[in-house]
Amino acid sequence: MSKHTAARELRILSPTGALGSGFLESSFNAALEQQPHVIGCDAGTTDGGPFALGAGKPSFPRLAVKRDLRLILLGARRIKVPLLIGSCGTAGGEVHLQIVHEIVREIAREEGLSFKLALIHAEQDKDYLKTRLRQGRIKPLHPAPEFDEEVIDRSERIVGMMGTEPYVRALEMGVEVILAGRSSDTSMFCALPHMHGFSAGIALHAAKILECGTAAVVQRKTPDCMLATIRDDHFEIGPLDPDLRCTPQSIASHSLYENADPFLLKEPDGTLDTTRARYEAVNERLVRVRGSEFIPAETYTIKLEGAELAGYQTILIGGVRDPYILRQLDDWLTRIRARIEWRVKDVTGLAPDEYALNIRVYGKNGTMGALEPVQEFQGHEACLIFEVTAQTQELASTIAAMTRHQAIHFPIPEWSGLITGVACPYSPAYIERGATYRFNVNHVVEPDNAYEMFPIEIVEI
Amino acid sequence: MAKLGELASLIRSKNAGPFQLTFDIMFNDPAVYERVKRSGVVSREAISRIYRLPQEQVLFFFVDNALAIKASIPRPIFQGDVGDTDSHGGQQYAPLITLNIP
Repeated sequence: MSKHTAARELRILSPTGALGSGFLESSFNAALEQQPHVIGCDAGTTDGGPFALGAGKPSFPRLAVKRDLRLILLGARRIKVPLLIGSCGTAGGEVHLQIVHEIVREIAREEGLSFKLALIHAEQDKDYLKTRLRQGRIKPLHPAPEFDEEVIDRSERIVGMMGTEPYVRALEMGVEVILAGRSSDTSMFCALPHMHGFSAGIALHAAKILECGTAAVVQRKTPDCMLATIRDDHFEIGPLDPDLRCTPQSIASHSLYENADPFLLKEPDGTLDTTRARYEAVNERLVRVRGSEFIPAETYTIKLEGAELAGYQTILIGGVRDPYILRQLDDWLTRIRARIEWRVKDVTGLAPDEYALNIRVYGKNGTMGALEPVQEFQGHEACLIFEVTAQTQELASTIAAMTRHQAIHFPIPEWSGLITGVACPYSPAYIERGATYRFNVNHVVEPDNAYEMFPIEIVEI
Repeated sequence: MAKLGELASLIRSKNAGPFQLTFDIMFNDPAVYERVKRSGVVSREAISRIYRLPQEQVLFFFVDNALAIKASIPRPIFQGDVGDTDSHGGQQYAPLITLNIP
């Protein structure tokens, strides 16, 4: 592949939008026949919330990840092209990376594969972050929670979202497979185009679509493979499954997905600007994109993701069918809350601000909470979830058990005598949810360079 | 008059990262998209009113080449934090469906 021939191109394969979510083997094999120069896969997301990062557990089942990885690894080794997997284990912390590393070793053993592997670590050293914080080199994005040294100490883990540079460096070391911790969704797809001097805007725009697999097709059936061909002033992209197709609108629309701004996408070294991008159909399944631009950043920045323990939860689910209760539901629940708070104080000594009691009312505003515009209750039944968050599981369950007893028998003026006003479907009525976490940082670091936060470790498999 | 839900090919909401919610209103027909866009009913002001937050907190876009209207707002509770009702942010668009478009 010469840098200066007009026809030069790079073909990049994305087997699936999320490692472990699956793809059709037939699509993958069809893609391999087109001789991609590199296979990239984004294994990470914050879609499932803070649990994966906080608890150190991937979102996708181990068996599902192994199924995808086996096919991808065998394919990449068969056609001898680099395989780059980013944000291993959903959250891309050290424990997540090692889980995927272990699966890869297992597959290699079972299939008799050997190759040169790079592990790129993304979990951040807390002292490093404190140093950068003191230097004023950690800055908030919008909106951002408070971030200080105490937050760093409280965090279960904090990861940095690497750019494409550590991937490039690992490829330059001659590795055949890269397993990386938390990474920008586009980083693994941009590495090879970057090394061959393709336009950053073109490569980044293609990468942004590739990272979601078939999310950008007209009517997605299941997660599946997408192939992009990058040339000097445009890229072409489309699905491999003959039943799927991309249109100019489906590709243009994808810039909207899970992105606050439909035209600008911020990366460590700059911003993708698709304002002037032009989309045209190559045929009924492939789309050509031109005019995507890259605006280099003045300062190189790495986004942080962190999670801390919010407490332990126990929940109680119940239904209310009595129309007399339903017509005074808010008021009834306010009185129940006061009674529970009194009882908890009486038994445990805890004040209401030392634990959290959240009462969700499905049928009223259980789905939208504070954003719900419909204020009055309508309907013939409501589902209640009493959710207790406390410092230990035992305490949460103690409070939930007392909540059950107080709530189910709480009176209304219409009835005299003891009522049972909440239908509990389970015995025991409460369910222990375990530890619950919160995201606690939406900030960027200004490192000295693109590599200092992401050590590369070479391993022979 | 028609409801926005009858004119759009897709109305959806989703997290844009753990701290923001984003709304996409998409169309298949350029004429219908233009009709909605010109009506002025779907606007920064409308999003601010429906979701009860100041206009300056609403990002609002017409995306002509995608035949789409997009708005983004800060989440009232960060994704997955205690009290969050919708971890994926996927069911926050319902009030947009019934907007009346002339």
